[in-house]
Amino acid sequence: MKDVGGTPGKAEETGEGYGHVLQPGLDTTHGVMLYLDEVTVSFDGFRALNKLSLSVDVGELRVIIGPNGAGKTTMMDVITGKTRPDTGTVFFGQTMDLTKMNEPEIAQAGIGRKFQKPTIFAHHTVFENLDLAIKNDRGIWAALFGKLTGEQRDRIDEILETIQLTSLMKSRAGLLSHGQKQWLEIGMLLAQEPKLLLLDEPVAGMTDHETARTAELLKSIEGKHSIVVVEHDMEFVDTIAHKITVLHEGSVLAEGPMESIQNNEKVIEVYLGR
Amino acid sequence: MARPELSQGLMRRLYDGPGWMGVIAGFGIIAILIPLLNLAVPETSAFHIPDYTVALTGKIMCYAILALAMDLVWGYTGILSLGHGIFFAMGGYAFGMYLMRQIGHDGSYHSDLPDFMVFLDWKAYPWYWKFTNHFVYALVLVAVVPAALAAAFGFFAFRSRIKGVYFSIITQAMTVAFMLLFFRNETGFGGNNGFTDFKRILGYTIATPQTRIVLFIVTGVVLIGTLLVGRFIVTGKLGRILVAIRDAESRLMFLGYNPLLFKLAIWTFSAFIAAVAGALYVPQVGIINPSEMSPANSIEIAIWTAVGGRGTLVGAILGAAIVNGAKSWFTAAFPEYWLYFLGGLFVIVTLFLPDGVLGLIHKLRSKQKS
Repeated sequence: MKDVGGTPGKAEETGEGYGHVLQPGLDTTHGVMLYLDEVTVSFDGFRALNKLSLSVDVGELRVIIGPNGAGKTTMMDVITGKTRPDTGTVFFGQTMDLTKMNEPEIAQAGIGRKFQKPTIFAHHTVFENLDLAIKNDRGIWAALFGKLTGEQRDRIDEILETIQLTSLMKSRAGLLSHGQKQWLEIGMLLAQEPKLLLLDEPVAGMTDHETARTAELLKSIEGKHSIVVVEHDMEFVDTIAHKITVLHEGSVLAEGPMESIQNNEKVIEVYLGR
Repeated sequence: MARPELSQGLMRRLYDGPGWMGVIAGFGIIAILIPLLNLAVPETSAFHIPDYTVALTGKIMCYAILALAMDLVWGYTGILSLGHGIFFAMGGYAFGMYLMRQIGHDGSYHSDLPDFMVFLDWKAYPWYWKFTNHFVYALVLVAVVPAALAAAFGFFAFRSRIKGVYFSIITQAMTVAFMLLFFRNETGFGGNNGFTDFKRILGYTIATPQTRIVLFIVTGVVLIGTLLVGRFIVTGKLGRILVAIRDAESRLMFLGYNPLLFKLAIWTFSAFIAAVAGALYVPQVGIINPSEMSPANSIEIAIWTAVGGRGTLVGAILGAAIVNGAKSWFTAAFPEYWLYFLGGLFVIVTLFLPDGVLGLIHKLRSKQKS
């Protein structure tokens, strides 16, 4: 891991030994999208994360479960730059050290995050929400004089279809129902074109029908993006999950497919069996 | 399916038909009607507008520009500044330095130096008064110094993610600190008397009706220009980003926007506008002193904006006009009750008119329609 700091020039000169030249931007040539190693975060002596190690592959859909206080949201905070870990490493691809980047930089690098409580711009229309999210120059100049390209408009239309809000695109986002807000936020994430999506309880407060739709939506984008979902709704988890990670007291308790998790005695003890 | 038009022509983006009619009418009243009624119509006529009214309107227009500056940061971006008086006063002082130099030898002591420096027994201008006898340099000072202060302050405050009431309190503390600084005679800005007794501007006698009308027209043009630039900002993507900062800053940050950049930009621009308002204010009112930096003055700016209706721009102008119009009448008719009235007004607006007078008008209109 230490060699990642080397300049591209140096790597090029002595390049043969490295296998490939270090590229700026995301490098996932080894198939790993997200890599956390021995991450510890303490708040006033309480260890929210305790030597947490986790890795997510390119195109993988990973579900993370765990009782309240297991460190799920803190983990997302660490990945997105909101919280700095006390110790440990967090890498996006092989080369991007997320502990050295701030929130907007991490978002621009390709990590999108959905909050537990749907967070959208209530005073803007649905269309304007997506317009703000669409992958674009994030600078002031572009904000003053930039225009949407035809391609970006098509992309917004496509997303509106996907999240079933086409007919409401001129409505104020604040007037949407809870489930629609959740979808709009997911749509904003898709507009960002992230490599990795972090979804914190995406079906919380949704009706059964909406939950089923969301499961379909996630399945349809699986493979195009890596997705990490934190969720409590076990039925929902069962429909989307291939691999589940169980967090408990800030570290990984178990990892594997649904059946092995359901039959894991430690998991039953702390979480499912209650 | 028709798409919402986000990139229609610039003129249409700023205002619709009636909106532009209003802007043009406003311009006509300020630049043609009032000057004519003041200068060309004889004083005996019922249509004559007295100098007093022109002076008051000119002053209120300066306040309206200041309120526009406040609305950009507070109404749209959600940053409540309780220290905008600093930028206003600094703009006024920067231009006031030029006006002091224009007095020349006509002060009470007939010296090269302004009276207050003679009084302090100073022999020469301090270094920061250098070149202030040049009009253009004074304009540069107005444009740069308050904005630079705002940028430096804003950078540290926004980088430390100081928000909400904490930010407001710090701006309030800053204005008090600057007021105390400017009260000191040694600071070199005339102590508690500030600058006054101006004689000339660009060589023209400042007190003539013609000079006053020119200043009035310039102020009106700047006011309308500021309104249009403000509309350009808030109706474009930048405006939507500012509102997004106000409504859900963390969402915006996790979309990849750096709020620091946008807050700093609008904050600095707002300070620049406030400084321009101050520079226009001083030659018309004829005095600038540290009381312009008093906490109460800065709070009043927020009150104007709230009374008119936040996040509308026009509301800021309306609020500045209503409150200051009422103030000039009240302080003449019942001077001792003005502050009660102002306080009461703020309570009423906060409790019953969260969207200000403009919000009330909208409500009444939509009721009429239905």
